[in-house]
Amino acid sequence: MDWTKPQGRPATAAPPPDVPAIELKGISKAFGPVQASKDIAIRVMPGTIHGIIGENGAGKSTLMSILYGFYKADAGEIFISGQKTDIPDSQSAIRAGIGMVFQHFKLVQNFTVLENVVLGAEDGALLKPSLAKARKLLKELAEEYELEVDPDERIEELSVGHQQRVEILKALYRQANILILDEPTGVLTPAEADHLFRILEGLKAEGKTIILITHKLREIMEITDTVSVMRRGEMTATVKTAETSPEELAELMVGRKVLLRVDKKPATPGKTVLEVENLRVVDDDGVERLRGISLNVRAGEILGIAGVSGNGQSQLLEVLGGIEEATGSIRVNGDEVDLTGRHSDGQTRRARSIAHVPEDRQARGLIMDFTAWENIVFGYHHDPAYQKNALLMDNAKMVAEAEAKMQRFDVRPPNPQLSAKNFSGGNQQKIVLAREIERNPDLLLVGQPTRGVDIGAIEFIHQQLIELRDAGKAILLVSVELDEILSLSDRIAVMFDGRIMGERLPSETDVRELGLMMAGITDEGEEAA
Amino acid sequence: MDFATALQIADSAIRLATPLLLACLAGLFSERAGIFDIGLEGKMLAAAFMSAAVAAVTGNVWLGLGAGILASLSLSAIHGVASITFRGNQLISGVALNFLASGMTVLIAQTWFGQGGRTPSLIGGGRFTSIELPFAEALRDVPIFGPIYYEVISGHSILVYVALLCVPLTWWVLFRTRFGLRLRAVGENPAAVDTAGVSVIGMRYTAVAICGILCGIAGAYLSTALAAGFVKEMTAGRGYIALAALIFAKWRPWYALSATLLFGLLEAVANRYQNIDMPSWLAITVLLVMAAGLVWGGRKGRLDMAVLGGLAAILAAVSVAIWMGSTISEGTTGLPVQLMQALPYILTVVILAGFVGRATPPRAGGEPYVKER
Repeated sequence: MDWTKPQGRPATAAPPPDVPAIELKGISKAFGPVQASKDIAIRVMPGTIHGIIGENGAGKSTLMSILYGFYKADAGEIFISGQKTDIPDSQSAIRAGIGMVFQHFKLVQNFTVLENVVLGAEDGALLKPSLAKARKLLKELAEEYELEVDPDERIEELSVGHQQRVEILKALYRQANILILDEPTGVLTPAEADHLFRILEGLKAEGKTIILITHKLREIMEITDTVSVMRRGEMTATVKTAETSPEELAELMVGRKVLLRVDKKPATPGKTVLEVENLRVVDDDGVERLRGISLNVRAGEILGIAGVSGNGQSQLLEVLGGIEEATGSIRVNGDEVDLTGRHSDGQTRRARSIAHVPEDRQARGLIMDFTAWENIVFGYHHDPAYQKNALLMDNAKMVAEAEAKMQRFDVRPPNPQLSAKNFSGGNQQKIVLAREIERNPDLLLVGQPTRGVDIGAIEFIHQQLIELRDAGKAILLVSVELDEILSLSDRIAVMFDGRIMGERLPSETDVRELGLMMAGITDEGEEAA
Repeated sequence: MDFATALQIADSAIRLATPLLLACLAGLFSERAGIFDIGLEGKMLAAAFMSAAVAAVTGNVWLGLGAGILASLSLSAIHGVASITFRGNQLISGVALNFLASGMTVLIAQTWFGQGGRTPSLIGGGRFTSIELPFAEALRDVPIFGPIYYEVISGHSILVYVALLCVPLTWWVLFRTRFGLRLRAVGENPAAVDTAGVSVIGMRYTAVAICGILCGIAGAYLSTALAAGFVKEMTAGRGYIALAALIFAKWRPWYALSATLLFGLLEAVANRYQNIDMPSWLAITVLLVMAAGLVWGGRKGRLDMAVLGGLAAILAAVSVAIWMGSTISEGTTGLPVQLMQALPYILTVVILAGFVGRATPPRAGGEPYVKER
């Protein structure tokens, strides 16, 4: 079909091409002490596809929520087609011609497609005329943009790709000129994603402005005209897609910091502690998150897993830690570990001398309302040493032991009676590390050990990990901080899209090469996807 | 059972189903919008008292009805503030309202009228009287249809007809209007409604208010039409039976009519046959069938199994007792009054446990809506 010629319905009035369809100036938003958006400025020209790329937690979604009236910005201005516009709620965003396709669809499952499209945009008190009008318009849109969906099908009967089309139809039905898509391909199969891109091209040809939020470099390179990179709440760069490269974007996304020096002796690896073969995980949406991971970690070495977050590292950690189920095989010290069923949980993993420092310490690593000593006991509370008799636990002993561990890990203040939430991020992380490392595990799984941790604590945590390695233990380190990976690891494996792209020795690689691999591009220039 | 008795039972079934139907539709509006309302009972009770009290003082039943609706609405408002604005637990809020209504009605009644927690008996204009539908008298002698029209359909108070009209009206509002679409959506996925630019809070408050109005009518009916004045705890669990009927009806208006008519019928039968003698074998068979039904219904979960198994064991024990007693009293058994009166309640348990099947409640039911990304 020829996209250049708009057909059927006349295109809704497009703004003049030299005025940005959407312009943000100095947008800032803080949640408590966390600055989610810092002085964001962005200009998106009409009839273009603009990518916003950044890691999870970089502030992309917050920014879009501000645009759609979910949050109110603390400061800054929004201009739509040159007009200063206030967006206090979703209704105003819709009126301003902004349509949003959320990552998690906002559809009523047991309503028909038609009812979902009409909901909130009805023409009158009675449904019939609205539904008839929507049916007609849906047919036109379907022909125009390859957006075919059966209008009378219930949402719960539709595939994820079709549900997403309903979301796009909803926006178009509300005459959106600016379409924001938040991680639209996260739940799609490659074929569905290609179809989506064709739809987006069609919309662009019609003069619509599209903002695509993603953390996948491949998509940015494939479909966008311009791209903005976000990192830690800041817009670090905006470039023309044609004038950039995946590796440059990867670098901008991950960011380069002053390399922290870690003093360490060369590793003296011993016997293999962890052997992983062909690990596969399919999530609830039916998307394959791990596509056959094989790796091994030996005693006395640190294997670093690098990658842009969201490429399966979290799933890998959770499978190894016994939180998520998988297929494949894991051997620890030569013995097979159950990957499903009753014998696959954190408890049994700990019994096999696997310790786990989770990526999200506040959600998975600690119970924030409980005291430090309770948190240090958790997971090991069945230890006979903690039981006073058949009925009671030996609190005094647990508190004393926790205090000693906190002293050794330099937790400040070293008060075991304080709730976990009253410690700073770095000290919370030290509490988790104290719990896991002090049990002297054969294998330590550690995810994002220094995320949100201040410089001093980073150094301390790095030292602890090196000491554990030198004590002859195996460590699997997952981090999105390339510098951390480079300075700590004895070997580096790069993950992309649920696969291991390859292994490198830190002495024989650099940020550039790793960045390329993280973008799914190997030395030969091929793209794996 | 002769034809005349059947007509009388049917007539009284409609009468007794009316408050259940109104309360059931009230719950339907609220729960379809995602607000569980266990406080139907309390709202009905408060409305029953206020309408009887105002009708007794003014002698005008319409003022009484208005007062009843206001009383029920004010409890709805409390429920709304607690569970919508402050995102409290909807069950706790509902239970609290039930206690509040249970205590306050008796206390205020005693303070105002000094008759031991009841209102004076309503006379004349203080009650809803039965209205005769057109041609009822003329058609009375037409075979079959005539008596049915005269005895069963005609001759109820206006509130009965209001309740019956509410059924198609509710269906129409829910499935044919913009308001209904949004109401159903807000109970299924409030985020979808919110992102579509419609106020979730506004929709839910409206639903809770409609619930209050319908409960108010139900309560007023109890004290000014079905009875002639308020007595302590006069709702007698009807709010809970209405909730059971709502689940049985799978949150649909026409099913709600059938479900409440069934419960009304059971109550009518229980009232009509307070003391009946029946052959022992029949009594034993009925009890054992019920016991088997309970066990069958409890197959799904262990907890159900334990609870219903216990009830079944009691029924089995009763039938053994009847069997042993019957050898002395020549094969007939007088069923105790209590058993007959408990019949609607026992059947509620049986129906809910065994015969409802997979009823899917509104997906967002019971969950306060928190806006988030």
